[in-house]
Amino acid sequence: MSVFLASGLSDFVSDAVDPQVQVDAIGLGAIYALMAVGIGLVFGVLRLVNFAYGQLIMAGAFALAFASDRDWPAGLGIALCFAVVLALSLAMERVVFRPLRTQSAAVMLIATFAIAFLLQSIALLWFGPLGKTATSLAQLNRPVEIGGLDIRKITIVAIVTAVVCLALLVALLSRTSIGLHMRAAAIDSQTARMLGVRANAVSTVSVLIAGMLAAVVAVLLTVQIPTVTPTFALQETIIVLAGVVVGGMTRLVSATLGGFLIGYASGLLGGALPSSQSQYLPSFLFGLVILVLLVRPDGLFSRTRGLVERV
Amino acid sequence: MSLPAPALELEALEVAYAGVPAVRGVSLSVRAGEIVGLIGPNGAGKSSTLHATMGLVPARGDVRVGGRSVRGRSPESIARRGVALVPEGRRLFGELSVEENLELGLAGRRENGDRVADVAWVYELFPSLAESRARPAGELSGGQQQQLAIGRALVAGPSVLLLDEPSLGLAPLVVDLVFSTLETIRDRGLAILLVEQRAQRTVALADRTHVLANGELRLELTPDDANDTDRMVAAYLS
Repeated sequence: MSVFLASGLSDFVSDAVDPQVQVDAIGLGAIYALMAVGIGLVFGVLRLVNFAYGQLIMAGAFALAFASDRDWPAGLGIALCFAVVLALSLAMERVVFRPLRTQSAAVMLIATFAIAFLLQSIALLWFGPLGKTATSLAQLNRPVEIGGLDIRKITIVAIVTAVVCLALLVALLSRTSIGLHMRAAAIDSQTARMLGVRANAVSTVSVLIAGMLAAVVAVLLTVQIPTVTPTFALQETIIVLAGVVVGGMTRLVSATLGGFLIGYASGLLGGALPSSQSQYLPSFLFGLVILVLLVRPDGLFSRTRGLVERV
Repeated sequence: MSLPAPALELEALEVAYAGVPAVRGVSLSVRAGEIVGLIGPNGAGKSSTLHATMGLVPARGDVRVGGRSVRGRSPESIARRGVALVPEGRRLFGELSVEENLELGLAGRRENGDRVADVAWVYELFPSLAESRARPAGELSGGQQQQLAIGRALVAGPSVLLLDEPSLGLAPLVVDLVFSTLETIRDRGLAILLVEQRAQRTVALADRTHVLANGELRLELTPDDANDTDRMVAAYLS
């Protein structure tokens, strides 16, 4: 028995360090990191865990499927995806987040649950449980050979896109006035408002940036999972939320690292687990999450304890 | 010819926390180029008065800035009407640099006007800040942090400056610097409402000083009263 276990473990480890598995895991980590930024940014400014983030991605994915159904050019499909996700984000912010800003975190979380189920039900009514397929960017699934490894183009696109998006966000936060206002509001919203920082503007901009990232993720994910159903991106969102908590919610950097790490771990486990056991992946993953939280309840990369109030 | 409206007027201001009154019918006014002091024992309602003026806590009564009511407005819109608060404990953004903290003060400017000149004036007023521009505010000494908190309020180009215990926890020499700076700021034509625990110094500096006790204004003192210890003690014990 123990010999059997040991050989299983050594197979697992040798699969996990396989460069092919590593590259795919980094690609998945990149996409999860983008989702973590979207969730972390809104949390930082509004102290709101947006459970409906996955449904924004789902809506964007349906927009891509809609465009692909009608044989629209890929660019037009992507434009529609951005338009749909941004419009929904703005509506969420105006109709739900803003009026509830002074309510407790629990009220806001439940409100985002409600939005999530509402959007999912609308998708179910509109497109049915089997959903639609988005195929206009399917050619990105073809591999290219780099250094003896077969790397799918989408993996490279995902990594480059994530790096560019994160660099743009860092530039926005550190070089612009609205970025400074967002950072200040995330640290101490009452003082920021007292200085004249407009809470509404900061909240709208954060939600819009998170929306843009959701649209980017929708494009990247539909290439890998072309079948778009009402539960599209739901499991990914739950995993990323866990990653954000594991990394440390109170700082954008730690939340992003947490997202990347859980995506990377998920990619490694997916690549290393025998396919007969792949259904156990979430169990392994959340087992790890519980373990990390027991050891570091404030998050792996967080520096501070506790939360400050929202805008 | 009638006088222009005071820069700041509080009329029958009332603040209550969970039904317990903290400020009861406070009325006062501050004109441009004037320092008005507000002293009183702990829990008298001094900070609450400033918070209500800034829109940070709900209040009844009226607050007028330059003759226009700001009642019920948000803190950010009151800041944009030209009111700046230097809060108790400074409330700086410790992980942001001195320069970034000052830039945040610019968020409250009414017009883009001469923002560069106002920032330059703050650095001139507090030369030690100029030398520490790139340092995180959290690494500054207590005195420098207080200077930064005042500077951050001044770059907004306010017409009304509210200060909540700016000398709290500072060394005597630094307290001197803070008080002399307030005179310089007054000379620029700002209206200053100063909440302080250092009663004697405040009475000596301010054009007039109100004594607040149990949420009510009890007495008005002038600089001539600064050395009248009996009157000061009586005011506190009233």
